[in-house]
Amino acid sequence: MGKLKYALFTGCTAKQSTPEQMMSTMAVAEKLDIELVELTEASCCGASHLQDYDDFLSLVLNARNIAYAEKHELTMVTICNTCQLNTAMTKHRLDNSADLKKRVNEKLGEIGLEYKGTSKITHFLYAIIDDFGLDKLKEMVVTPLSQFNIAPFYGCHNIRPSELQNETHDTPENSYNPTSLDDLIIACGGMTVDYEQKNKCCGFHAELQAPKVSAILTGNAIAGAMDGNADWIVTPCPLCHLKLDTQTGHASEAIGREVSLPVLHMQQMIGLALGCPPETLGMKHHVTKVDFV
Amino acid sequence: MSTTTINTQKVNFNVFRFNADEDYLPYYEDYSMDVTSEEVVLDILNRIKWDHDGSFSYRRSCRHGICGTCAIKVNGKVTLACKESMTDMIEVFGNDLVIEPLSKKRAIKDLIIDKADFWEKHEQVTPYLDTEIDENPTAENIVTPAQADTLDEADLCIQCGACHYACPVVEISDAFMGPAAFAAAYRFEADVRDDNESRLTDVNQMGSGVWDCVKCFECADACPKEINPIEKIGKLHNMLFQSGKAESNIATRHAVGFEKSIRKNGVLDEGSLVLYSELAGVVKHVPVALKMFSKGKIVPPWGIIKSDNLDEIQKLVKSSSTAKF
Ligand code: SF4
Ligand code: SF4
Ligand code: SF4
Ligand code: FES
Repeated sequence: MGKLKYALFTGCTAKQSTPEQMMSTMAVAEKLDIELVELTEASCCGASHLQDYDDFLSLVLNARNIAYAEKHELTMVTICNTCQLNTAMTKHRLDNSADLKKRVNEKLGEIGLEYKGTSKITHFLYAIIDDFGLDKLKEMVVTPLSQFNIAPFYGCHNIRPSELQNETHDTPENSYNPTSLDDLIIACGGMTVDYEQKNKCCGFHAELQAPKVSAILTGNAIAGAMDGNADWIVTPCPLCHLKLDTQTGHASEAIGREVSLPVLHMQQMIGLALGCPPETLGMKHHVTKVDFV
Repeated sequence: MSTTTINTQKVNFNVFRFNADEDYLPYYEDYSMDVTSEEVVLDILNRIKWDHDGSFSYRRSCRHGICGTCAIKVNGKVTLACKESMTDMIEVFGNDLVIEPLSKKRAIKDLIIDKADFWEKHEQVTPYLDTEIDENPTAENIVTPAQADTLDEADLCIQCGACHYACPVVEISDAFMGPAAFAAAYRFEADVRDDNESRLTDVNQMGSGVWDCVKCFECADACPKEINPIEKIGKLHNMLFQSGKAESNIATRHAVGFEKSIRKNGVLDEGSLVLYSELAGVVKHVPVALKMFSKGKIVPPWGIIKSDNLDEIQKLVKSSSTAKF
C-alpha cells in the first residue's frame, strides 16, 4: 500500500470550539503516515441549517468545496459527522441529477470551477477502517487501552440516512446495530460498552430552539453510558463532543440526575493508544475534565 | 412449496407482553423457534399466537405493506412486520431478537398501542386537498408529470406510524407534531391543486412548530415506503422562507445566520451565530460560554480564520441565493 493521502475538509468546529480535535487529527495522521492536504479554501457546509434557509445555495457552496478536492485528485476526508452528511448528500444529489448538476455548475463556472463528481467523500473513521485497516492499526498500538470501558457514541450524521451513508464507505454499517466505532475501540485495546443510546441523537441541532428536548437527549445519552459502566465516551463527531462535553449542567437538570463523563474525540483515543503525548492531543481543552491521562 | 429444502435456524424471541386491564407492569416472554429463511416477522407473530399463546395480540390486516397496521419494533428497529424478512433481521441482530410495540408507554395489549396522538396530529395539518371545486368543469384539470413529481413520493404514506414512534422528539415532547404529520402537510402544500392559504403558517405555529426537529434522520431510516420525512420537513422550512411566512425566531435566525456568517468569513463564526440567533436570550449561554472560553474553546470574531478565496464564496452567495428573510 502506497502512502495514503487525502484532502482534509476540517469544517468550522475543529478550527474554533474543538481545537483539540484538530490537534489530535494531525497527531494521529502523522503517526499513521497519512498525508492530509487541508482545503483552506473551503466554506462552511451549512451544518443542515443553511439547507433549511436556502437549499440551492448550500448545494453550490458544498459543490465548490468538493471541486477543490477534485482539483487535488484526492478523496475528501471529513472529521465532522454533519460535514460528512451535508457534503455527501450534495454529491449524491448532483451525481443523480444531470439537471441539478448543470445548474450548480453554471454558478461554479462564474468563479472558474466545476463539479465533476470524481472525488469520494468519506469520514476519517471510515478512511481508517477501509483504507488503513484496523489490523494494521492494532499492530501499531503501544499503549493498549485495556483498563478502560469505552462507550462509543456514533452520532446520527455518520450512520443515517443509511442508504446514503453506505454509499460513502466500503465497510457496511447498519444504523440499528453499528459496529465501526466499536471495532476501532477494540483495535485500540479497549473494552466497548453496549448501551441503548450509542446510535441515538445527542440533540445538538435543536439546542437553541428546543433547549429542553435537546438537553434531555444529551442527558439520556450520558446516563446510558454511565449505567453501562463506561469510564468515558468516544465519538467521531465534534458536535456530539461539544454537546456531551460542555452541556452536562443543562443535561443533568433536564433529566434530574447528575450526569458527566469525559468525552474523547476518536482521534484522541487513537492517539492515546499509539502513544502520542497527551499534550499533543489537546486534553486540556475539555470542559468535562479528562482525569485519567 | 416444500419447506424441507429451505434453510432453517433456531431463533430466540423475547416478546413484550402487557394487558392494560390486568397488568401493572409489562413483562417479557421467551419463545424459541425454528425459523425458515422464507419467513417475515409477521409469520413469527402468527406462530406465537397459533402455536403458543392464543391471547397474544398484535395488529395486522393486508399482509402486503399497504394497510400500515403491523408496524412494531424488533431490537429497537421500527419495522413493518409483514415486509421485514427474518433473514435480514437475523443478519443484523443475530439469533436473539426482542419484539416490542412501537411505543411501550402507549401499549394497550402486547404489541397493540393507542395511536391516538398520531391521528390527532395528522388531522391537524389539514391532510386533504383544500380547493374550490368547479362543479361544471369545461376542461380536464391536468396535473403534469413534473408537477406530480414535486410531491416527492410523500403521497405514498400508509400512516403506519413507524417514523412517528421512531422520532426521539415525539417520545419526549407531546407538543411536537412528528415526521408523519409534517410529511402529510408537505404532501398537500406541494400539490398544485391545493389552495389552502393557512396550512403552512399553521404547521409552523402548531404544537412546537416545525423547527424542533433534531435532524437525527431516525424517520428516514424508519419509513418502509422510503418517504424520507425529514427531507420533507426541510422542504417545509424552505417553503416558509420562500413564501415570506417565516417569522423571526431563534430557529429561523439560526438558519439565516449561517448565510450571514458564510458571506462574511466563508466559515462559520460560531459565537456570533449564537448571538444573532438568540438576541437578548444569549445571556443564558454565558455560564457555559465562560467555561468554554477558559478551555480555549471560543474564538472571538477577530480571531476567525477566514476561508481562502473568500471573494469566490461571496460571489456565489450573491448569485445563487434563492431565499429571503
Ligand atoms: S448526534 Fe447530534 S451532533 Fe452528532 S450528528 Fe447527530 S444530531 Fe448532529
Ligand atoms: S429527523 Fe426530526 S422528525 Fe425525523 S425522527 Fe429525527 S427529530 Fe423526528
Ligand atoms: S411517512 Fe413512512 S413511516 Fe411515516 S407513517 Fe408514512 S409510511 Fe409510515
Ligand atoms: S399487515 Fe398491512 S402493512 Fe403489514
